[in-house]
Amino acid sequence: MESLFRVSSSPHIRSKQTVSNIMRDVVIALLPATFAGVYYFGLPALVLILLSVGSAVATEFIVQKYLRKQKATIKDWSAVVTGMLLAFNIPSTAPWWLVVVGSAFAIAIVKQAFGGLGHNFMNPALAARAMLMASWPVEMTNWVSTRLADSVAGPTPLGIIGEKLSVALPSMTDVIIGNVGGCIGETSVVAILIGAAYLIYRGVISIRIPAAYIGTVFILAFFFTGFDLYMSTYNLFIGGLMLGAFFMATDYSSSPSNPKGQIIFGIGCGVIATVIRFYGGYPEGVSYSIILMNVASPLIEKYSSSRVFGGAKK
Amino acid sequence: MSLLSFKGGIHPPHEKKYTEKKAVVKAVDPKVVTISMRQHIGAPCNPIVKKGDYVKVGQMVGEATSFVSSPVHSSVSGTVKEVTNKNVLGGKAMCVVIESDGENLIHETVVSNGDISGLSSKEILEIIKNAGIVGMGGAGFPTHVKLSPPPEKKIDVVILNGAECEPYLTADHRLMLETPAEVVYGLRALIKVLNVQKGYIGIENNKPDAFKSISEAAKEYPEIEVVELYTKYPQGAEKQLIYACTKREVPSAGLPMDAGAVVSNVATSAAIANAIKTGMPLVERICTITGSSVVEPKNMLIKVGTNIKEIIDQCGGYKGKVGKLIMGGPMMGLASNTDNIPSTKTTSGILIFNEDEAKIPEAENCLKCGKCVSICPSFLEPLYISAYALKNDFEKAEKYNALDCIECGSCSFVCPSKRPLLHSIRVAKKEIIAKRRKSK
Repeated sequence: MESLFRVSSSPHIRSKQTVSNIMRDVVIALLPATFAGVYYFGLPALVLILLSVGSAVATEFIVQKYLRKQKATIKDWSAVVTGMLLAFNIPSTAPWWLVVVGSAFAIAIVKQAFGGLGHNFMNPALAARAMLMASWPVEMTNWVSTRLADSVAGPTPLGIIGEKLSVALPSMTDVIIGNVGGCIGETSVVAILIGAAYLIYRGVISIRIPAAYIGTVFILAFFFTGFDLYMSTYNLFIGGLMLGAFFMATDYSSSPSNPKGQIIFGIGCGVIATVIRFYGGYPEGVSYSIILMNVASPLIEKYSSSRVFGGAKK
Repeated sequence: MSLLSFKGGIHPPHEKKYTEKKAVVKAVDPKVVTISMRQHIGAPCNPIVKKGDYVKVGQMVGEATSFVSSPVHSSVSGTVKEVTNKNVLGGKAMCVVIESDGENLIHETVVSNGDISGLSSKEILEIIKNAGIVGMGGAGFPTHVKLSPPPEKKIDVVILNGAECEPYLTADHRLMLETPAEVVYGLRALIKVLNVQKGYIGIENNKPDAFKSISEAAKEYPEIEVVELYTKYPQGAEKQLIYACTKREVPSAGLPMDAGAVVSNVATSAAIANAIKTGMPLVERICTITGSSVVEPKNMLIKVGTNIKEIIDQCGGYKGKVGKLIMGGPMMGLASNTDNIPSTKTTSGILIFNEDEAKIPEAENCLKCGKCVSICPSFLEPLYISAYALKNDFEKAEKYNALDCIECGSCSFVCPSKRPLLHSIRVAKKEIIAKRRKSK
């Protein structure tokens, strides 16, 4: 009898891109901001990042292997991404247990309880941050200035604006390079943009959500500040906007997958974030804007899907 | 001139380097040919010869049984050994097995039909029909059916597909390079049959030499425009090609004729030229034999009905352990579990993968990355159609326009989670169509 060959449905070739390649690219893209965070906030920042990543990976392993009794997929780097992002959203003064609890919550509740990778309806790191913020508000807002600044107390630029503190605002240069108070990974705009450029270059994220998000914040802030070009630009570089727009709002499973939906999603994030910043009770609105839009994402997706080829123009 | 294209699509590795510079060689005459009665879309043919009959090259051995059907002819002269059910690609079919006498005597019916100028469009259509000409790009749709649109459909353009967007394949490339005049002649015949003013030949820009030779051959015919297409898969898909050339969209659930166009492959066009000039029906074609597991990749002119194993042996045989045998290209070709099947009018490629390439990747969770959405040339959301199909919710799959899928496989190709997107969408399409039939 002649030998029989393997058969399968076409196509018979696949692209080289895999889940772990994508997630590893995100980790690589987060490295500049990691270095900046450790540079400005010192050893405590490094310890928190490592603890957060370790806790996220361990939680993923335990939940998948012992609770869901399936193959653990920690090799796909996705838990590492969540761990890094959570640490990035926490001040360097936070106690060690805070990040451990936070990343365990992100993985176990927000990600695995809903079905694991691709099934979370909110960004796990941001949902965990919101939980920590509600549970331990003091620990979550204990800012210090960077190692390079003269003063010890280090209110964030957003705090200075929001609470009308009588402290001089850091210079534009400082907010761009990241020499200001804030969460570990959010302060250095330069470092975040280098990582973002890498992700866009590698085709991991598209520019649509970040551009719509940041553009909307800029335009609204321009109106809210009474057409103050300097302040509306300054507003883009403070707080977690850059980190949120490029690394959190672009989370695949909690944002729309079609181009039109992504733009609507980004605009929505921009509106909510700016309104909270200027008129809300919190000085910062980035994380809540993304979480709220995450929840709206399925609805946006449903109504923004494009017409089919040869179908009636919408 | 700027390159024409469509929206969406992917860039798989071309892999044409194995054979693109190799001139077409004539295969050794087969001692036995197995002529399948099912080489086209539509009703299978009825064998009209019986065991012991002597047949000649170009003699009809299977007659068309309905309008959507196409006759088949002998590719050798010799004696009919048996008329029986045999293994063909994708199952069994009635076949006429002919033992060649090596003489290649040509049948009396094979006589030149003169030139296009002396033929009416009806006569040309009849020649095409009787010569058993079908779409040679892979689908095998009977060409005369395409050329007989209902009177209310106004056709104003004919497009020849010379894109050859499938990786690995170079058969059309070599054809355009080596016999450009035949391709152009066939297009002129199509233009006359359909009584249109405009013909396009679309060629991807990774074949600049073919573009040059075809342009040269077509330059004295103002009604023919040779256009360069951006190299992107699936550039040669009918609807995408029509859009690239004319910026018209074939309506959803419609046919090319609904956009006023008829699309034909360049190889089909050359076969039409041959049928008019020499009277020889479609009994041989160019095929690319390639891949990592064949010793010497080649472009060959093979007779319809030649055993696939024999063709591969003429390329030095297999190299190492074979994983997969694909008839056609890697994106849309069909995998065959055996090499003991005959070639047909639509065998454009024989692609042989090694074990490593044949591995089927393990599917991971859908990331919802949206890559399949951004590249789908039909503007669908493959991830959702597939998700519903896998849950047996075919009504939802239908709502997500599963039937608009052209099965190009781009979604499965780009998916980082290696999910069986097209496979599951195909299942959904079958279920939806079956349900529609039932409810009628």
